[in-house]
Amino acid sequence: MILAGLILIPFLGGLLCWQGDRWGEAPRWIALATMVAVLVTALALWAGADFRLADPGAAAWLRELRLPWIPRFGIELHLALDGLSLVLIALTGFLGILAVLCSWKEVQEGIGFFHLNLLFVLGGVVGVFLAVDLFLFFVFWEMMLVPMYFLIALWGHSEPGGKTSTYAAVKFFIYTQASGLLMLAAILALVFAHQAETGELTFSYEALLATTLSNELALLLMLGFFIAFAVKLPVVPLHGWLPDAHAQAPTAGSVDLAGILLKTGAYGLLRFALPLFPEASAQFAPVAMGLGVFGIFYGALLACGQKDIKRLIAYTSISHMGFVLIGIYSGSTLALQGALVLMVAHGLSAAGLFVLSGQLYERLHTRDMTRMGGLWGRLGSLPGFSLGFAVAAVGMPGTANFVGEFMVLFGTFPAAPWIVVLASGGLILSAVYALTLMQKVYFGPAQKSSPLPGLDVREYSMMLGTFALVLLFGLYPQPLLDTTGAVMSNVQRLFEVPAVSSTFNLGGK
Amino acid sequence: MMEMTVSLLPLTFLLPLAGTLLLAFSAGRLGERGAVWIGTGSVGLAALVTALVGADFALGNAGPQTLTLYTWIAVGEFAPSIGLRLDALSLTMLSVITGVGFLIHWFAGWYMRGEEGITRFYAYMNLFVFSMILLVLGDNLLLLFLGWEGVGLCSYLLIGYYYQNAANGAAAMKAFIVTRIGDVFLAVGLFLLFTQFGTLDIAELVTRATQAWSAGEPLAQLAALLILGGALGKSAQLPLHTWLADAMAGPTPVSALIHAATMVTAGVYLIARMHGIFELAPAVLYLVGMIGAVTLLMAGFAALAQTDIKRVLAYSTMSQIGYMFLALGVGAYSAGVFHLVTHAFFKALLFLAAGAVIVCCRHEQDIRRLGGLRRRLPLAYLSFVVGGAALAALPLVTAGFYSKDEILWQALAAEQQGLLIAGLLGSLLTGLYTLRLIVGIFHGEPKSKAAENAQPGRGPQHSVPLLVLAVLSTLLGAWLRPDLSAVFPAAPGADAHAGHTAVQLIASATAIIGILLGAWLFLTQGPKLARLAAEGAGAFFWRWWHRAFGFDGLYDRVLVRPFLGLVQSLRRDWLDAFCGLAGQLALVLHAGLSRSQNGQLRHYAIATVVGATLMVVILARA
Repeated sequence: MILAGLILIPFLGGLLCWQGDRWGEAPRWIALATMVAVLVTALALWAGADFRLADPGAAAWLRELRLPWIPRFGIELHLALDGLSLVLIALTGFLGILAVLCSWKEVQEGIGFFHLNLLFVLGGVVGVFLAVDLFLFFVFWEMMLVPMYFLIALWGHSEPGGKTSTYAAVKFFIYTQASGLLMLAAILALVFAHQAETGELTFSYEALLATTLSNELALLLMLGFFIAFAVKLPVVPLHGWLPDAHAQAPTAGSVDLAGILLKTGAYGLLRFALPLFPEASAQFAPVAMGLGVFGIFYGALLACGQKDIKRLIAYTSISHMGFVLIGIYSGSTLALQGALVLMVAHGLSAAGLFVLSGQLYERLHTRDMTRMGGLWGRLGSLPGFSLGFAVAAVGMPGTANFVGEFMVLFGTFPAAPWIVVLASGGLILSAVYALTLMQKVYFGPAQKSSPLPGLDVREYSMMLGTFALVLLFGLYPQPLLDTTGAVMSNVQRLFEVPAVSSTFNLGGK
Repeated sequence: MMEMTVSLLPLTFLLPLAGTLLLAFSAGRLGERGAVWIGTGSVGLAALVTALVGADFALGNAGPQTLTLYTWIAVGEFAPSIGLRLDALSLTMLSVITGVGFLIHWFAGWYMRGEEGITRFYAYMNLFVFSMILLVLGDNLLLLFLGWEGVGLCSYLLIGYYYQNAANGAAAMKAFIVTRIGDVFLAVGLFLLFTQFGTLDIAELVTRATQAWSAGEPLAQLAALLILGGALGKSAQLPLHTWLADAMAGPTPVSALIHAATMVTAGVYLIARMHGIFELAPAVLYLVGMIGAVTLLMAGFAALAQTDIKRVLAYSTMSQIGYMFLALGVGAYSAGVFHLVTHAFFKALLFLAAGAVIVCCRHEQDIRRLGGLRRRLPLAYLSFVVGGAALAALPLVTAGFYSKDEILWQALAAEQQGLLIAGLLGSLLTGLYTLRLIVGIFHGEPKSKAAENAQPGRGPQHSVPLLVLAVLSTLLGAWLRPDLSAVFPAAPGADAHAGHTAVQLIASATAIIGILLGAWLFLTQGPKLARLAAEGAGAFFWRWWHRAFGFDGLYDRVLVRPFLGLVQSLRRDWLDAFCGLAGQLALVLHAGLSRSQNGQLRHYAIATVVGATLMVVILARA
């Protein structure tokens, strides 16, 4: 039942927030309490479980909840938790708290409805991480979108003469909705193929895992899933919605988008696309890794050229997710684990950068970096934190981003050395864009010398907590690795990549 | 007793780290005195711990050993630890970092007096010492890489310390990005070595490599080449050397510590530490020597044509590191590290003395606007003379002579006459540019108000570090030669002696000729030289050397501008626009179809008639 609780808490909290609107600031506190409850529940589950004992080979759920829903179509309310979903839910809880806190002063209108949407997004995400019935998964997948649409459209920023928040919200919605349709079609086709084979109509993940498909059909269905997840991750060229959505969204929306929503794409690949279609995925791996490398460079090059600080950070996300994509398709446990660490690391560091740009916006009322400069001495400890998160974006050792990126690269090298060599080139570009950001915003001649308000206690503790986690997982990532180890080696076992290793061989043994 | 001191080893980097954290979280509450005390004190204590450990090591109470603190990451056989390697090499490096580092921190308290943001300065400096110590103590390549990147970051932050000047920011970015290019080579080298041998532990890796690879194996060459790429970036050797001269934008103590004594020698340390791999790749080892030789000559010529004190010293650093690379290239690792140590002493001395001159002359650092300072700044003059003598390898009395002579002799013993000649020529150049620098600053008439009114520095913060480093730059410093025989294989000239005396004599003669020639030229022929440099071929060479052979311009045209052009052309995100075509198409169709719904009966009638006719025609055809 605790799993149903994890999903219900945010939804109920959201409704409460909506109704709490009549008591002034109450929704903020309700939302905060809700997300704390989610985080505490997740951590309690984490503390109470032993992941190293998980039986290798079997899909080992730590907790499971199975209730009938629409038996006629073989649809169940089937929730299950393993190390992978637990880590991501804990991340959701933490970033949810961050999202509530960073809106404390920014959002002043429609507080109740804002928090309803915020919590519904988070509830949907938790549902995505827990659902192991494909129909239920799809329901949650779509459920995330609508409140996110409202967050961007209603509380977003519109520039006079530029893009409006509605434009960004509609673009976001169409991209994800259209790709969701492909996934739905793929799910249905898979279910019917399974029915044709066994005579049983079911949406159960475990049952569908055993479906045997012809090579062409598997490839086709795999692509249906892949495109849906690729839009979310996002994989270039399906990334167009992201910079607009980030630039126009309120800070909390950006935190959720970068920190959590992008991770649902990677989660989907790990949970569904790879295990359901192992051979097709293995065939597709070189293409996916190639797209990853392309995304690393394309995102980084575009990040270098941006003037809007939030667009810059958005493009860096695209670049970093390229590493995640490579790791996921590498077929090595080390790289898969690295992709997981990088997901968490990027969730924290990108969220940190977005919160900081929100704080900058509150003080300067602009996101245009050409109108900043020389801010180092004027903002108290804000620039120091920016430096910390920028350094994390560079992938400096000591931060979790380094651990993630390097595990991906180390793990992928035996299978695809040239991919790794190319991807390593992206490490130079990450230095270019992160330092460009620092230079344009904080260094150089000051445009004014009057001091601006520094960070208050709320802002300071948000940043300190997030950055402390980035360093903690950078210097001691083992808790994450132990939690997801069993899951990742299962994925790896399902996904042996003979096709890749013969294609890319650089004189290895 | 012995276990106790060795178990103190982590304190050497934890103390500077604690210093950084204290300073970073103080938010300016400490004041200048507090910041100086914490910043200097933490490094001083680290030096004390190093001395304790070093004493035990020297007395034989503690042998070479590894101290594992915890496992950093563990996934399968990928299990790099946070582990410290204590041996003669790491101890030598540690002593230089904490010892010279402490003196520089101490001096910086005088240099930085009254500057804004001194807390930030010491926080970065301590973080640098922390990273550098991890770099040399790390027992595996990933921990080494942590320190490696950490020093790069601190170097970036300190070069851009005076952040309001955009040029400093550009110099800082250049330093970080150029060295990062080298770092990527190193990283790929790490991937390759781990893939081949399943470990990142340096000792284990080298053992397995020597078992699996024979000398000249292509993969060994590749691995060595990749490691070399990393070393070239950090140590500012061709072709990744362009950042070092611009790095002088930072405060002078930073130049002394990071861009002369310690960080730039990291590449030398890396190659020395990984010598087992390089021994398997003789061609790459030869390349190391060649790059060293070319760099030392190129930087020597460039140093002759600089007008900024610090840029002269920067090119001289590049040149001296070229000597170290030359030593490594002929397999004389021990000689290379010995020169690293003496160079740390005399180059730190020269930079600090330059800092003293610069502060005393109100931040004037152009040689053409100084002059005649030997009476006003006697201590700085003394420091420059002692340091300069060591740099130019004045025979017998200076530390630099012993280490450089060793390198030249080993080059001969390894039968690399070409490298030997390059080294000798470089030695001549060193004498020339050293004298040009000293004469320009201290002799003749003061050429500006700032030089006329120079006020000498006072207090032990200013004088003690200079005096200590001056003593270390003499013969006494050469006595501190570390015994590295347990770490490195025997050098080529270990057993041979034929020609050693001859090399010594020739090297001494070259150094003295360089010094005398320089003294004659710059003391008595000043106006003639100025005319020579202003006209015809002289002017061409002056400009060419002044711009250090034009690498900056070349890279700017070949790399930087195309990159910026690419960024600029992509700025609008064409792929997004391409995907947006679907939307555009829908709008066009929408416009077209909505025009057909115009409510005019005759249009509908025409459409019906045309449609019906078409249908009849089609059906009739079928």
